[in-house]
Amino acid sequence: MRIERHPILGQLAEAREITLRVDGRVVKAREGEPIAAALAAAGIRVHRYTAKRSEARGILCAIGQCTDCAMIVNGMANVRTCITPVADGMVVETQRGVGRRSEM
Amino acid sequence: MPGNLSQDGYLSLDELRSAPGVPSHDRMRRGPVAVIECVQEIPCNPCEAACPHHAIRVGTPITNCPVLDPEKCTGCGLCVTQCPGLAIFVVDLSRSGETAAVTLPYEYLPLPEAGELVDVVDRSGEVVGRGRVLRAATTRATDRTAAVTVEVAREHGMNVRGIRREEVDGNGHDR
Amino acid sequence: MSVVDVLVVGAGPAGLAAGIEVAKRGGRVCVVDRNLEPGGQLVKQIHKFFGSREHHAGVRGVDIAAQLLEEARALGVTLRLGWEVFAIRPGHAVDIVQAVADDATGSAGDAPTERFDARSVVLAAGAEENALQFEGWTLAGVMGAGAAQTLINVWRVRPGKRVLMVGAGNVGLIVTYQLLQAGVTVAAIIEAAPRIGGYGVHAAKIRRAGVPILTSHTILRAEGVECVEGAVVAQVDGTWCPIEGTERRFDVDVICVAVGLHPNTRLASLAGCRLVFSPALGGWVPLHNAFLETTVPGIYVAGDAAGIEEASTALEEGRLAGIAAYERLRDVDAEGHAEIAAIQRRLDDLRGGPFCGGIRAAKSALQTTGETPCPAT
Repeated sequence: MRIERHPILGQLAEAREITLRVDGRVVKAREGEPIAAALAAAGIRVHRYTAKRSEARGILCAIGQCTDCAMIVNGMANVRTCITPVADGMVVETQRGVGRRSEM
Repeated sequence: MPGNLSQDGYLSLDELRSAPGVPSHDRMRRGPVAVIECVQEIPCNPCEAACPHHAIRVGTPITNCPVLDPEKCTGCGLCVTQCPGLAIFVVDLSRSGETAAVTLPYEYLPLPEAGELVDVVDRSGEVVGRGRVLRAATTRATDRTAAVTVEVAREHGMNVRGIRREEVDGNGHDR
Repeated sequence: MSVVDVLVVGAGPAGLAAGIEVAKRGGRVCVVDRNLEPGGQLVKQIHKFFGSREHHAGVRGVDIAAQLLEEARALGVTLRLGWEVFAIRPGHAVDIVQAVADDATGSAGDAPTERFDARSVVLAAGAEENALQFEGWTLAGVMGAGAAQTLINVWRVRPGKRVLMVGAGNVGLIVTYQLLQAGVTVAAIIEAAPRIGGYGVHAAKIRRAGVPILTSHTILRAEGVECVEGAVVAQVDGTWCPIEGTERRFDVDVICVAVGLHPNTRLASLAGCRLVFSPALGGWVPLHNAFLETTVPGIYVAGDAAGIEEASTALEEGRLAGIAAYERLRDVDAEGHAEIAAIQRRLDDLRGGPFCGGIRAAKSALQTTGETPCPAT
C-alpha cells in the first residue's frame, strides 16, 4: 500500500524503520510519519469503536480535526493518530469508547 | 462521440470548432500546430508566456480564453507541458502514410518508451485504435510533465487525446 | 508569557504569508499550527497552479509551500508546530497547548500550555471538509477527498484499491486525478447536480483516463460490516430524489466525499467575532471588512477561514491581513496603502470570471453592508 514511485513526488525517500506494537502485533513504520500512516500502510483501517453502539471508526479528515482516528497510545487515550508521529517501541491499542479515567 | 463539457466532462467537436485556440484543418495539414482545448473563462495565462513565437494571446483580463495565431505557431510544443490544465496538444496532419502525430501532456508512471505500441483513446477515454509512441520525454523545464508524441491513423488526429493507461501500481508494476 | 506584535493561527499559505509580511516590517510574529509539518493544504497540491506569473501560475503547490517556509524561516518568523490555540481573551491573550508532544504522544490533562500577549491576531486555520450522511457513512474507508489527498501525497500510502468519488467540483476532480497518479483506481465520480461544477480542463483530464462522471446521481449507501466493501448509487430526479430502478452497485473499498468545505470558525466564535452565514463562502464566516478585520478590533481573518476559495487567494489575503494586523499600531503609510491596493487588485484578478461570481458578490457584500446577499434559489 506504500507508493514507492510517483510521477510528481518521485522515489520514496529512505527512512529509518520504526517498530510499533498495534494490539500486540508488530507493525513497521517510517520515522517521521504519523501513526495512522503506518496503520494504513499495514492495511489496518479500524482505529476505535464508539461508546454507545460499538461501531467501527477509521480515518475521516486525516488532519487532526475530527478525532475519528483516536486510539490509545502508550497508555494514553484519545490520541489523534493522524497527527502524532511514530516512535520506537510505541504501544498502540484500538480504543473502545472514550477511554478510561486511568488512560487520560 | 458527442460530448458536452458540463455534462460529460469533455468537449464535443462542435464545441472545439468554435474555440479560439483551435486551428483549422488546413493548418494542421501544413505541419504541426498547437491545439488549445481551453474554452472556459478561468484566470490563467502561462500558455501566453510559454510560447517563444508569441503565437498565443490571452491578454487582460487573464480570464480570456487563449487565442492561437496559427501562422506564428510552429508546433514546437513548448506550451503542451506548461499548461496547468493539461489542455494543449500538438497535431500534425502533414505526415505521409495516412498517419497523424499527436503530442499530449502525460503525468503518469510508467512513462511509455519510443517505439512502444499503445492503445490510444479519445476525449471520453474510449479506445479508438493503436498508436506508436514516437517520443516521450520530460526535461527540467517541463517540471515533471512529460510530452508524449504518438503516431495514429490520420482520421484520429483530432480525436486522440490520451494513451490507455495500463492498470499499474505505484511501483510501475502491472497488476 | 511571550509578547508578540502578531499571533497567527495556522501555518498554511494564508498564515505563512501573514507571518512573512509582519517579519518583513520588523514585527515580532509567531505562527502556531497543530501539525508538525507546516504548509497547510498547500503541501498536498501536487498539480500546477492556474492564475498568472505573480500568482505562481505553473508552479506546483507543494513547491510554493517550500518557498514560503524558507522565506518565513529566513525572516525569523517563530513557528510553534504541534501546538493548538485554545483560548483568545480580550487584549489579546492567546493560550496555546501542546497537541503533539516531543515524546510523540498526544496531549493529556497536563500537557504544557503557554500564553502569548499579542497586539493583533490573524485567524488563518482554514477549513473543514463537509460530511455527507448516507447509510453506512461511518464505515472505515469513507473519508474526505482531502483526507485521501493527505494519505497519497503526504503519507505516500494508498487509501485502498478502488475508490468511488462523490462530488464533481474541483476538489473531487483534482483528487481523482491524483489518485490515478498514485496508482489507485477510481471507479467513477458521482455528482448530484445535473452539471459538473469544477473546471472543464480538470474533468477532461480524468475523462480521457477512463473515469466516468455520472451527473444527477447520488449515493444511497455504503456496504460493508466495519469497512467499505461497496457503494450503491442511484440517479436523482429534478427534486433530488432517487429514481427507483436506477440503483447501481460499485465494487469499491474507499468512498471519498468531496461535497465542499466550510470555514473553521471555532476560534473566531470563542473570541466574540460576529459570524454571518454566507452560502457562497461555504457557510458561517466571520464578518470582515476590506482589510480583513473582524468585528473584534485587532482580530483578522484570512484564507479559507475567511471564505472558501483557493490557495492563491489565501496567499494574498494572508499578505493583506499581515500588513493590516501589524500596521494597525500606527497609521498606514503611503507605501503600505500601495501594497494593500496591489494585493486587492490581484485578488480581484483571481476572482474574475464566471466561476467566481458568487464569491465576488459575497465578499463585496460582507465588506460594504456587513450583510450577505440572499441566494437566488
